[in-house]
Amino acid sequence: MTPQPEDERVRRQRERARLMAWLLAAFVVLLFLITVAKIGLHR
Amino acid sequence: MTPAIAQTSLPADWRDFLALTKPRVMSLVVFTGLCGLLAAPVTLPPALGFTAVLCIALAAGAAGALNQWYESDLDALMRRTANRPLPAGRMDRQSALHFGVGLGAFSVVLMDLATNHLAALLLAASILFYVLIYTVWLKRRTAQNIVIGGAAGAFPPLIGWVAATGRIELMPVLLFAIIFLWTPPHFWALSLFVRSDYAAAKVPMLPVVAGIPTTRLQIFVYSLTVAVAAVAPWGLGLTGWIYGVTAMVLSLIFLMLAGLVLANRSTDTASMKPERRLFAFSVLYLFILFGAVVVDRWVA
Repeated sequence: MTPQPEDERVRRQRERARLMAWLLAAFVVLLFLITVAKIGLHR
Repeated sequence: MTPAIAQTSLPADWRDFLALTKPRVMSLVVFTGLCGLLAAPVTLPPALGFTAVLCIALAAGAAGALNQWYESDLDALMRRTANRPLPAGRMDRQSALHFGVGLGAFSVVLMDLATNHLAALLLAASILFYVLIYTVWLKRRTAQNIVIGGAAGAFPPLIGWVAATGRIELMPVLLFAIIFLWTPPHFWALSLFVRSDYAAAKVPMLPVVAGIPTTRLQIFVYSLTVAVAAVAPWGLGLTGWIYGVTAMVLSLIFLMLAGLVLANRSTDTASMKPERRLFAFSVLYLFILFGAVVVDRWVA
């Protein structure tokens, strides 16, 4: 049975939102690591 | 350029955004960028090195997305590309444009933040070169599209090196030259056995415009220049024997395969085994050659 268009729309939006949340979290961690590395370089 | 090929109603799946970045092409870009970074005489802290390579990957993805945004009409005409997200109607063009511009801008800003202005400038130049010079200007106008446009794909090792050192030196320029000269034989080998696709899409690739024998000759001539450029870092004393031996052996095989392409008289796509072999080997060639640059720097 194929999913209804509205269900599919919600599923895709949820999937994209979840992925964006993970990517943002990874970006925050990366920024922290960049900052630590930069401080280390300038010591 | 024609508008969207097929109408989309659902929001695009994230996998289609990933497909927009041409992940297979990106792997070679990331690898050569990483090699440029690791071959440099300055070692970056791992977090900054990782970020520099990530930025190169994101920039390549952005360039790929903008290329697909602009070429959705062409992609729809070629079997090889007809199933991409835009021509297949799985994504609207505006989403692709926003994604490409956003990703490109993000990669340049992050590169500037993590490494230096020159690396960020080169990264921006590589995206603009690929999108504006190659995709928009050259690709549909001249058979030399691949020759000049090849510069876009040659940027990553230079950017990797500059991210580590902050300077442009002879070695990364030679690495740039290797990819620049490698691109025409690589793509012309492919375009020989998919030339009907390019002809159908009216893309003036060399086999379509100048014919098959001329393309085979050009492949051989450019292969000679690749061999010279590949051996040059060793000849100039910039690398050790590990790289030198690897470059010579690989380049001899490359020339041999290019010679077989030159000797092939068949115009039937099914009989273009030498062309397929050269295309497959050219990818391996670049991977091993750039790997050897790094091994040589760290081992020899």
